Amino acid sequence: MTKMLTQFIEQENCHTLDFYLKNGGYNQAKRAILEMSADEIIEIAKQSNLRGRGGAGFPAGMKWSFIPRDIDKPKYLISNADEGEPGTFKDRVLLSKNPHQMFDGMIIAAKAIDCHLAFVYIRGEFKKEAEILENAIAEAKEKNILGKRIFGSDFDFDIVVHRGAGAYICGEETALIESIEGKRGQPRIKPPFPAIEGYLQCPTVVNNVETFAALPPIFENGAQWFVDLGVENSAGTKLFSISGHVKNPGVFEVPMGTPLHDLIYNDEFCGGMKDDIPLKSVIPGGSSSPILTAKEIDGLTMDYDAIQKAGSMLGSGAVIVMNETTDMVQVCYNLARFYAHESCGQCTPCREGTAWLIKILKRFTSGGARQEDIELLLDITDNIGGLVDFSQGSFGKTICPFGEAVSWPVRALVEKFLPEFEKRVQEK
Amino acid sequence: MSFFTEENQKRAENIFSQYPDKRSCALPLLHLAQSQEGYLSNETIEKVAEMCEIEPSEMMDTASFYTMFFRKPMGKYRIQVCQTLSCSLAGADKVVDHFAKKLKIQPGETTKDGKFSLLKVECLGSCGTGPVVQLNDDYIEGKTIEELDRTIDDL
Ligand SMILES: Cc1cc2nc3c(=O)[nH]c(=O)nc-3n(C[C@H](O)[C@H](O)[C@H](O)COP(=O)(O)O)c2cc1C
Ligand code: FES
Repeated sequence: MTKMLTQFIEQENCHTLDFYLKNGGYNQAKRAILEMSADEIIEIAKQSNLRGRGGAGFPAGMKWSFIPRDIDKPKYLISNADEGEPGTFKDRVLLSKNPHQMFDGMIIAAKAIDCHLAFVYIRGEFKKEAEILENAIAEAKEKNILGKRIFGSDFDFDIVVHRGAGAYICGEETALIESIEGKRGQPRIKPPFPAIEGYLQCPTVVNNVETFAALPPIFENGAQWFVDLGVENSAGTKLFSISGHVKNPGVFEVPMGTPLHDLIYNDEFCGGMKDDIPLKSVIPGGSSSPILTAKEIDGLTMDYDAIQKAGSMLGSGAVIVMNETTDMVQVCYNLARFYAHESCGQCTPCREGTAWLIKILKRFTSGGARQEDIELLLDITDNIGGLVDFSQGSFGKTICPFGEAVSWPVRALVEKFLPEFEKRVQEK
Repeated sequence: MSFFTEENQKRAENIFSQYPDKRSCALPLLHLAQSQEGYLSNETIEKVAEMCEIEPSEMMDTASFYTMFFRKPMGKYRIQVCQTLSCSLAGADKVVDHFAKKLKIQPGETTKDGKFSLLKVECLGSCGTGPVVQLNDDYIEGKTIEELDRTIDDL
C-alpha cells in the first residue's frame, strides 16, 4: 500500500537531514524555488485536490490563491502544529519522525505566496518535538535549505518555531495568529480572513502539518498520482489516529476511502476490539465530530463524502472507538467538560452555554437529573451552535466554529443514546 | 537591566532577532522566564512586558489566558494527568484518584514539602497511549499505576 508520509518512520535517524536527503528530500522545494512560478505551484496544488488535514478540509491550492499579489506587505505562512483536537495524535509523528518533509512542503508553499518568514505553531506541551524542529532547522540552515538565498537563489526563507502554552482554542487559525502576536488566544471575527489580514495585519496562510508534508510527494509524482491514490473528492492518503477500546491504537497512513472496519479489525492496523468486547460507537473525526453508532459505521469508508453522508465528518482523522461497556452519559460529560474548560470566553452563548452543559450533565452522572433536563441539554446545544453545516465553516452563533464543535457532539450523544440518559432520570 | 541570567538574556536576544515585532516575543519570553523562575510572578510579568514594550496589564492579560503559565509556585515535580476522553477510556480517572490519595492532595494542589503538584489536564495529543501523564516536560505513556508509582517513588 502506498505511503507518502510515514514510510520511513520505523527507521533509525529518520528525522535527520542526512536521512531525508538520501531519500530524495528537498528536491521538490529546490525545484519550486529555482524553476517554478507561483502560478504553476498553485495550479498543481489545485489539481491534486489536496484538502487541508487540520479539520475543515479546505482545498490548499485555493487557499493560497487568495493571497493578494500586488501589495506591499510581507506575507506569512504558518504550520498549525497545535494538535489540540481530542483524539488527534498524528502530527506528533510527523514532527518527531519526519520534520524535514513538513519544511520541504512549507518552502513550496512559501514560493507560491511569496513568503519569507514562516512559523510552526506547536502546542506548548510538545517541548521535545519543538527541540527536534529547532535542530532540524539548524541542520537545514547549514545546507542553505533555509535562511538567506536558499538553494543559491535570491529567495530568503526562515522558519521560527513558536510554542503555544496550553489552550485548545489556539488551534483555530485566527486565535493562533493572535497567540503568535503575543495576545490571548481569542478568535477574530471574519472577514477579513487571514489571507487578507492575518499575522500583524498581513496576508497569512495557515495550513496543518500534514497538509504541508503532503506537498513534496505530490510535486514529485504529479497531481494525478495523488488524486488516484484516493477516492472522489478525497485525494491522497491520510493519517488516522485511532484510540480507545482497540487492541493496538496508533497512527496509520492509508488511502482515503479505506473502510473503517479494516482500520479497526485488520491485524496490520488496530487488530480488533480490546478483549474482544463488541463495538458500541465511534467518534470518526476528532471530538468535535458527531458520534456514530455501530450500525451507522457499517460499511463506512474513511473519506470526506462518506462520513458526511453518515452524519458526521472526517475532521482531523481522529477515530475514538468505544465498546459496549462504555457509559455514554459519562462520555458526554467528559467531552462537555473539555469544551467548558477550553472555551475562550469571548462569546456569551459558548462561555455560558458550556458551563450550563456540565452543570446539567453532572446531574446525569451524579444523580438528580430531571426529565426536562434532556430537553434543556438539546436547547442549550442549539443556543451555542445552532444547526449549521460544520463543513461549510462557521455560520452559527459564535465567532468561531468552537460553538458547533461542542454542540454537535453533545447533541448527537443525547439523541443517539437517549435511553441511557432517560435511565439516569429514573434512577434518581 | 534584564532580570534574566546572562545565558537567558542571550536566549531572549536571539528570540527578538527572529520576530518582526516585539510583542510577538511574549509567549517565548514568558516560557523562558518561567523556566528560570518556576512560575510567573507579577514582577516577572512586568519585566517581560517592559522588554516587549507593552503595558504590564497587557502582558498579564496574555499570561493569564494560558494554562501552562503558572501564576503561583508549583511543586518541583508536576504530575499532570490527562483526563480527556481517550485517556479516560484507558483508566485515567483511577490514576488521578490514586495520586490524590498517595500524595494526600487534591488535583490542583501541591504537597507541603513543595515536591509534588498534582494537576488534571486536558488532551495532551497522545491519545493512543493512554493513560497519558506528563511529568514536568516528559510524557509517560501507557503505564500501569504500579509502574507510575515506581517512577514517582524514584524521584
Ligand atoms: C476550535 C478549533 C480548533 C482547531 N484546532 C486545530 C489544530 O489543533 N490543528 C489544526 O491543524 N487545525 C485546527 N483547527 C483548524 C484551523 O482553524 C485551520 O482550519 C487549519 O489549521 C487550516 O489548515 P488546513 O487547511 O491545512 O487544514 C481548529 C479549528 C477550530 C475551530
Ligand atoms: S485524550 Fe489524553 S492525550 Fe488525548
